[in-house]
Amino acid sequence: MNPNYELPLDEADYSFGFLDEFAKREVRRTILKAIAIPGYQTPYASREMPMGRGFGTGGLQLTLSLIGQDDTLKVIDQGSDDSVNAVNLRHFVELTCPGVDTTERTSEATLIQSRHRIPEVELSESQVLILQVPYPDPLVVIEPSEAKRKVMHGEGDYSRLLTKLYEDIVQFDEITISHRYPTRINGHYVIDPSPIPRYDIPRLHRSKALVLLGAGREKKIYAVPPYTVAAPLAFDDVPFRTEDFSDEHGARRTCGRCGADDSFLDELIADDGSKVWQCSDSDYCNQRLAEPSHEVSA
Amino acid sequence: MKKILEVRNLTKIHGRGCPQCIDSTGPEADTNICPHCGSVVAAHGVSFDLHAGEILGIMGESGSGKSTVVKTLYFDDAPSAGEAIVFDEARQWNLFSLNAAEQRWLRNHRLGMVYQNPHLGLNFNVSAGGNIAERLLMSDLSHYGEIRERARRLLERTEVLPERMDESPKKFSGGMQQRVQIAKALATQPPLLYLDEVTTGLDLSVQARILDLILEIQQELNTAMIVVTHDLGVIRLLAGRTIVMKYGRIIESGLTDQILEDPQHAYTQRLVASAL
Ligand SMILES: Nc1ncnc2c1ncn2[C@@H]1O[C@H](COP(=O)(O)OP(=O)(O)OP(=O)(O)O)[C@@H](O)[C@H]1O
Ligand SMILES: [Mg+2]
Ligand SMILES: [Zn+2]
Ligand SMILES: [Zn+2]
Repeated sequence: MNPNYELPLDEADYSFGFLDEFAKREVRRTILKAIAIPGYQTPYASREMPMGRGFGTGGLQLTLSLIGQDDTLKVIDQGSDDSVNAVNLRHFVELTCPGVDTTERTSEATLIQSRHRIPEVELSESQVLILQVPYPDPLVVIEPSEAKRKVMHGEGDYSRLLTKLYEDIVQFDEITISHRYPTRINGHYVIDPSPIPRYDIPRLHRSKALVLLGAGREKKIYAVPPYTVAAPLAFDDVPFRTEDFSDEHGARRTCGRCGADDSFLDELIADDGSKVWQCSDSDYCNQRLAEPSHEVSA
Repeated sequence: MKKILEVRNLTKIHGRGCPQCIDSTGPEADTNICPHCGSVVAAHGVSFDLHAGEILGIMGESGSGKSTVVKTLYFDDAPSAGEAIVFDEARQWNLFSLNAAEQRWLRNHRLGMVYQNPHLGLNFNVSAGGNIAERLLMSDLSHYGEIRERARRLLERTEVLPERMDESPKKFSGGMQQRVQIAKALATQPPLLYLDEVTTGLDLSVQARILDLILEIQQELNTAMIVVTHDLGVIRLLAGRTIVMKYGRIIESGLTDQILEDPQHAYTQRLVASAL
């Protein structure tokens, strides 16, 4: 997307939210269906957006269909509000939804569109989390035919997916999937939870906030409704585990910036070539730094 | 003896079909292709019973409808007409009136199939052990250690070296692949097993050892089996009773010894004579 995109003057009568009302209504209907059938990949007529598919058009269509003048939007990419993609998406919404507020503070947002992360701070019932999804179907790795995948989803037949986990353990002694960990929603449909790390999967489980997932290219919307069971696939004796942030002495690594020992950390290379760890959720990190008690504890 | 399977008037027509299909095909008509509409009557009026622990042979030349019978009974293919009932421990399954989920359950838990072509029965993208794991996972086992242990024991039982359980069956010999298929089919200890030309194309010595294995399994587990083959030697060794098919119809059936010693139908007589 072109960050300097301006609406052509003679077309400035675009409807609020860029999409026309019919398109928005269809997305909303699809959202209702997706909520009614938790985890089901609900097809919809994905619209062309003035940016390449794969840049979050699925998430953006959800956002534009839901946003109203009293909403406050936060957009994150890789945990950060400042990455190019997040800035572009936010700019686009500011441009096409006059009157809407944007924020970087998780707690202030009513709508959060995200790629790669779920915010560290627990979301509330009055918030909606929108995740951008490149590949909606977790079965695509084992079954190329969409028709067959649909039958497998319908019958809850995930034995071949589990066989892949079995093979993973045989080969590597552990399940090596790091992102997009297949997760069963409400005891039936298994979803691709978008490229969030394993660390974020437990946050889907009984989330107070509605979680909507949108795949623009694949034209699918699915949902993890509030308080819904989200269970990552695993074996009884090889349970699901999140990323291990222990250092070589077994101590939990902390954020080099704010000192947090309870956040998902990105590994960075410092100027002197050494490795440093830092919160991937930039708002979480900033808020901790701004806390008055911070100087004392650090 | 307890009845395991009852098949009545099983019919499978490939194509549109027309009112004359049945009368214009079969051994007398000397074809299985309807001259009026061009449909293939792959099987018609096939009826038989199978009892616990029994091995029933189906023989006949290529295209006579042997595979069609087991494919419909395994839900690989839908029949055009007929009825089949599986008598399970607690209940009866009317095969052709089950919904897709019931079919899948029955297939995964209570039936087993070994195909001539290992590509049909095995997933070559996963290891030999993974193939068995897949079937155990279908039957809702979810303990990795137990799945692995059972896969190892099954492969041991079918004489596949446990050291090779983590290799893809792609690298295995034809005989070994059939052993993995048999282990996979047996994973859920089904009371009913279909074997479609499982030794065809293998070396004679390899064939003999696999046939021995099948007999041993039948004796150990009392598994009822339908053995499809065009090989009289296989029929003679395995099957207590035999059905002879031609152009989609059963032309002769009875005790295997009687059929081989004293074939009634001219076609069977020729089959037996040519094998001597
Ligand atoms: N999908 C199909 N479409 C049309 N005809 C088919 C189809 N499948 C099988 N047939 C035909 O049905 C008839 C019976 O086939 P079937 O595979 O049951 O024979 P078979 O006795 O197992 O033969 P073989 O010994 O060669 O395996 C054959 O004439 C075959 O060509
Ligand atoms: Mg055949
Ligand atoms: Zn931090
Ligand atoms: Zn006809």
